[in-house]
This record gives sequence, C-alpha cells and structure tokens, in this order.
Amino acid sequence: MVRDDLGLTGTKEGCGEGECGACSVLLGGRLVNSCIVPVGSVEGLTVDTIEAVRETPTGQSLVQRFAEEGAVQCGFCIPGMIMAGYALIREKGGQTDAEIREGISGNLCRCTGYDRIVAATRAAFRDEDRRRG
Amino acid sequence: MSHTISAPVERLDAREKSRGEARYLADLHFPGVRKCRFLRSPAARGTVRVLQAPALPEGYAFVCAADIPTGGRNSVQMITSDWRVFADGDVRFLGEPLGLLVGPHAGVLEELAKAFTIEIDEVEPAFTEEDGLACVGGPSFGTDNLFADHTIVKGSPEDAFESARLVVTDTFRTGVQEHVYMEPQSLVVLEEGGRLTIYISTQCPFYVREGVSSAVGRPVSEVVVKQTVTGGGFGGKEHYPDTLAAALSVAVLAVGGPIEFVMERGEDMLFSAKRHPSTVRYRAALDENNRVVALDADLTINAGAYQSGSGVVLQRAMFSAAGVYDIPNVRIRGRAVCTNTVPNDAFRGFGAPQALFAAEGLMTHIARRIGVDEVDFRRSHLVTRGSITVTNGTIREEVILPRIIDHVLDASDYRGKDAACKWGGGRGIGLSIFKHGSAFTGSGERDIIKAEIRLRKHADGRPEIIASTVEIGQGALTTLRKIVATELDIPVADVLYHDADTSRVPDSGPTCASRSVAVVGYLIEQAARRLKSRMNEPGEIEVVQRYEHPPELVWDQETYQGDAYPSYSWGANVVEVEVDRYTHEVRVVGVWTAYDVGRAIDSIVVQGQIEGGASQGLGYATLEKMELKDGRYQQVSMADYMIPTSLDFPAIESKLFDNPYPYGPSGAKGAGEVVFDGLAPALASAVEKAIGGPVHELPVTPERIAELLRGRRETDDSIRPEWIRAVDKG
Repeated sequence: MVRDDLGLTGTKEGCGEGECGACSVLLGGRLVNSCIVPVGSVEGLTVDTIEAVRETPTGQSLVQRFAEEGAVQCGFCIPGMIMAGYALIREKGGQTDAEIREGISGNLCRCTGYDRIVAATRAAFRDEDRRRG
Repeated sequence: MSHTISAPVERLDAREKSRGEARYLADLHFPGVRKCRFLRSPAARGTVRVLQAPALPEGYAFVCAADIPTGGRNSVQMITSDWRVFADGDVRFLGEPLGLLVGPHAGVLEELAKAFTIEIDEVEPAFTEEDGLACVGGPSFGTDNLFADHTIVKGSPEDAFESARLVVTDTFRTGVQEHVYMEPQSLVVLEEGGRLTIYISTQCPFYVREGVSSAVGRPVSEVVVKQTVTGGGFGGKEHYPDTLAAALSVAVLAVGGPIEFVMERGEDMLFSAKRHPSTVRYRAALDENNRVVALDADLTINAGAYQSGSGVVLQRAMFSAAGVYDIPNVRIRGRAVCTNTVPNDAFRGFGAPQALFAAEGLMTHIARRIGVDEVDFRRSHLVTRGSITVTNGTIREEVILPRIIDHVLDASDYRGKDAACKWGGGRGIGLSIFKHGSAFTGSGERDIIKAEIRLRKHADGRPEIIASTVEIGQGALTTLRKIVATELDIPVADVLYHDADTSRVPDSGPTCASRSVAVVGYLIEQAARRLKSRMNEPGEIEVVQRYEHPPELVWDQETYQGDAYPSYSWGANVVEVEVDRYTHEVRVVGVWTAYDVGRAIDSIVVQGQIEGGASQGLGYATLEKMELKDGRYQQVSMADYMIPTSLDFPAIESKLFDNPYPYGPSGAKGAGEVVFDGLAPALASAVEKAIGGPVHELPVTPERIAELLRGRRETDDSIRPEWIRAVDKG
C-alpha cells in the first residue's frame, strides 16, 4: 500500500512478515511494521512515513547524526531505524544506551552491529534536548 | 592511528539512504513490467517423469530449459559452469528451479505454481558431507562426489609424526549460515536498445554479464548489467544473482520483458546460496619441548548440488587450517563434497572462518591437554616475517601480532578475568588470533581477474573513477573517492563515481575477497598519481591503470605452491561470556578487538566493518542455525533464523594498528573479512571455560550446550579436561 499505491518508496520491505522493521512507519504516532498492518485498521489514523519525518527538525537531526556517526552502511534498514529513533525521541523518551537499544530492537540491521546507530540516536537525543531548551 | 587519510569523512551516500531517497531495485519503476515466480522441485534428487503446466491465462507464460536459445547453454558460467539455469531431466536439490512463471500478478503466479503436475522418480539424496563421501544413492558428481580434492604438504609430516612424543587428534564442525542481507535478491531484465539489460542488486556486475551471456548465447557486448543501490551482500550477491539473471534473461528473450524478480524473504532464506558447513579432522604431533612439530588436517566442506565457487572457498579454508602458527611439517587435504542441498557459495571470510575456528580450537585444546598456558602456547608458535607458509610461500610483511595480542589482553583484563574464572563456573573469557589474506588466492588477480580501472579528468576539472567495484554498504563509494581526493588534494565530494554499468566501465573485478581497497584502491591511487601533474591541462584526460602482480610473489596454480596471498590482515579478539546455568543461554559480556589492516583509509568506515563483522561473527557463533530436514531448511523466516538484534551483544571495543603495506593505497590492506574471522573461536574458547567442557561445533546454541553438559556428566570430563583423544608416546 505505502510503496506501491502511494509511491512512498522510502519505506522498505525487508521481510514482509513484520520481523525486520525496515517498513517501520508511525501509525497514530505509534511505531508499527507497515507490512503487516491491514489497510482497514488505519482508518481515521495519521500515517507518518520517512518522507514526512525526514523534514521535521527531529528527523533532520537524526539524518545528520546518522551521517556523522557512520551509522549508515547498506542503508536498507536505515529509514526504518530513523523512524524508530524518531518514535523514541518524540513519544517514549529515555535516552540511555540500554533504552535506545531496547527502542530499536525491532529493527534489524545486518551491516553495522548497531553501535554506530546507537551513538547517532544518542546524539540526536541531545539535539532534541537543546531544541527544547 | 595518526595518518591523515584515516581521519573520517562523512559517507557520501549516508544522507540519501537515511532519507529514504536512495533507489534500490524495488524502488524503480519499469513501465509494463511483469512479475515472475520460480517453479521449484519438490524433491531433492530424482528424475522428472511428468512436468505439466496448467492452462495459463492471457498474459502469463511458463519458461523452462527448452526455452534456452540456440547457442546458449543450460549452465551459468561462474568460476566453473555447472549450475543449471533450469533443471532438465533430473533434479539435484529441493527447490531447484524447474522453470519460471511470468505474468502480471504475483497472486495469480502463486496459484498457477500450485496447479502444476510434477512427478519425480526419487533417488536417495545425500545431504551431509558424510552422505556425499559415502556416495549415498550413487554419486551425483563423477565417481566420488568430489568437486575438488587437493593435498598440500610442507616439510616431512610423516617423519615428524613418527618421531613425535605426543600425538593428539581433534575434530571441529561448523554449520550453515545464511547471509540475510537486508535487501533481498532483486533484479529486472529487459531489452533496451537491442541489448539485454539487467538492473540488479549485485556485488559483481561483470559476473552477472558473463553468466547471462553464457546462458543465452549472446556476446558480452550485447548484455548490459547495471548495478542498482545494493542493500548488503556479504558474498550472497557474488555469484548467486547470476543464476537469477540467467533465468530471467531466458524468459525475456522467450516471452518479452521487462520482468522483475524481488525475492520473498522466505524463498531467499530457503533457496539462495549459504555458507559451507565444514568438518576439520586434525592430528597434531608434539615434541618433548611441547612444540607442535607436525599437523595433519583433513578438511571437508559441503558444497551442495553445484560446485560454483566451492573450489576456491576450499582453497582459502585449506590455506587457513594452520591458523597463524609456524608449524614445520604440515599436510592438509581439502575436499569439496557434492551433496543434494542448496549450493553453498561465498560468504564473508570465504572458508577461512571455518578453518580458523578449528585451528584456534585445536591449539587451545592442546595447551589444556598438556597443561600449559594457552595464550603463551599459541604465542610461542606464531609466524613472523620470513616464516614459510603451508603452501611453502613466505610471510613477507612485518607480523605485529605480539603487539595486537598484548593490546586485547590488556584492554580486556584477560589475565585477571581468566584467573578469576572457575572452570565450569558459568563465566569465561577467550582469545583468538588470526589472519586473512587480501585479494584473490594465488595468481588469481594476475591470471583471472586482470583488473583495470580508468580515472578521467572531465573538462570541468572534476575527476571520475570508472571502475566495476561497487558500493554494497561497505563504504567503497566513499573510500575509493577518498583515495583520489587525498592524492589530488581536493574535496572528496568533488570526485565522481557512479553505480557500475558494464557498458561504460572496465572490468575491475568483483567486489569481494577483501580486494576493493587493497587491489582496486591501489590502482586508483596509482592512476591519481599519474593524473596529478596533468590536472591543469585543458579538456578531458583519461588514465588507464591495469593490475601488476608484485614481482616477488610466486605461485603455481597446479600444485598450490607459493605465495597464496599478496598480503595478510591480522587480528586478535577477546570475548567474555556468561552461560546461564539453567537456560544455557550464552550472554556476551564484552568484546575486544584489534587489527592490522595496513592503514585504514577511513577510520569510521573500518570501525563500521569491525562492529558489523563482530555482530555477524557472534551471530554465526551462537544464534544462527539452519537445520535441514528431508532436504528442506526449517528456518524460513527472520523469526525462525535469528540474526543479532541491538540487544544481543554489547558495544564492540576496537583498535587499529598501522602497518602500511607497500602495494596498498596509503598502505591499506583488506578489512572486510578479517573482522568476521575471529569472533567464533574466541567465543567458543570462552564458552568452554564457562561450561567446563569442550566445544567442537558451531553454532554454540543453548541446545548444544545442554547436550555438551549431559555428555560431560556421563563421562565426568569436567574433572580431567582431557577430552581430546591423545596417544602418549613418551
């Protein structure tokens, strides 16, 4: 739906079974794997994809920190990781490394071993704190 | 690490990938594209008696071996050319493609595939190495099922065993590993401008071109391969995509294109190539001074149904089977065994991880058997500059392993922790020491690959790298441009480098074997040096650079004698674990790594390789298990086959040691694979101490630990850790 009908190809499909998190979007502000969400259950809710999130201050900060920290390799999981980081920063809070690791644990990455992604997300949290003063 | 080139720059592809703007194959749109679905064999081995298609609706077609064009052949040219495009007459593994269904709707294709009548007269299949060696059901290949059978000898091992004080034997096994690149196999084939054109997620555009060309019987000039942004490879997109591209190309020529194939994850897990399972059986001879004076290794790898790259994987495994140790008398026999499983092929490390797990296990077991310190024992056997290798070549570089080992021991407090660990007390710490040869084995770079690159200065002054080395996530797009930028003293972003298109780039070889920086990067550096003095000249200037073999290297491909690799990267890892007393789960507490990769072209890119390689290596060691039942893998999803999540392993500590290599750009050697090799042996050693018993097999899952502990109680080996069989001749 998101990719084929709406043409929003920033959301990736890595497994089609809700296991890998590459297709993460925000549904009513909540992080979900879009590949297993029936279209009917979306009615009345806002769906935010990477195309929207990347333009927000938090999204921009995540993109910048991912680039600076070397968190991006093959990149296929990264839009989903940005969505997970965004949900963590905007919705859940909690910015210890353990909390970040927990927050992105539904998003699989095969290239990075996660350390740089955790570091980038941690840096984006600090940016958010600065923005909020 | 003080060298300026190592100072990190921001990766040039990072932002567009993060923003979801990078266009992977599935993000591209081809007007009129049809989908396809492989019809796969339900049996692992047998003769196809009936293959009958259902009535196909308008717009749907079925393509099989009979559709291979005149002049083409039903085998894909790889290193060898045995892998068939479509099964024809007989089937050799469960899931082997019988044909390809083409049509507009995936759902209809799925229903049609179920409506085929397939009858196969089954023959008893061989699944394990033992089955294959015993020719269960009769040989599938030749008279003995051996795709390759080589023996290398150094010194006089027979004499050394004869006069040895102690001979020990030990056996190690490793399991299948699936790549799980996040982007599944993906491609589109169509005819464009009269040429067969393949858009594909691949590590090796020229491999795809060769494979397709051979299958459809068209000259390579009429086949164009365009690499699309590739979401990970790890070896899984080295040769396997050739088979998919060949099948779709046959279909496009038979029924028209464009045709798209984006592999479903479950299908990818079941039927794409995997890491070879292996068995290494050792005999080692010790003299009265507790020195290993001879080693005899019998190494087998399970190649699966087709040879593909198994012969070369076997070579690297054999050449790694003595680890980093200088043993004067060595005999290594290696065999690649044909079975009826999905073919196994390249995977990060390429045979070395299996052999290094075995070599490190052997050395620690021997040390424990004779009651000496395992670290000191291994250190006293290390190769140094001038040492003769198992192929009777020479280690030509300075070996700085002692410094590397000292570092990881200190950083991890190995000595303190090891002393505090009680044998079988639930905690353990293990060390591994290893090396990985950069580039193709032996004279492969000179005789097979013959890499060529071009560096073009455009009229506007900007240089462009024209090469077939591709970005697959490892950072090649950034590091190779950085080499040019450093040489020409310009910003990295000013260097152009586009996704490979075989119609406009020369063949610089495949993106594999830790060769992209070490070999191609060096060519690019040399070209940039030649271009530098001409940068102020007007107009366009192009410099061509071809591979030249370092003159001092010698190699005989018939006998496998000489310098197996131009250079080696080196490393040592320490892994600390806790093993849960009740669940037997292995919790990794700490990971310390140190490497000599010559010189890092970019410290953060190399750090990314180290951390990602460690995660994948620890997954291989503990989590990742593929089980074959009646020829079919039982792990069909990412829920069944667990790759590491962000919660599985702690942050990786790492350190790089500069040791510049004269034939590498700024002194760089390979870094993509050495970072995988050492995790499994270090973890296995740590687990042995935690559970108080030996580990002979990967992966070390809770179920296996439970079995080991049961076995230990029965034999009470925990009291006397002499679980390697030994014949004391003293």
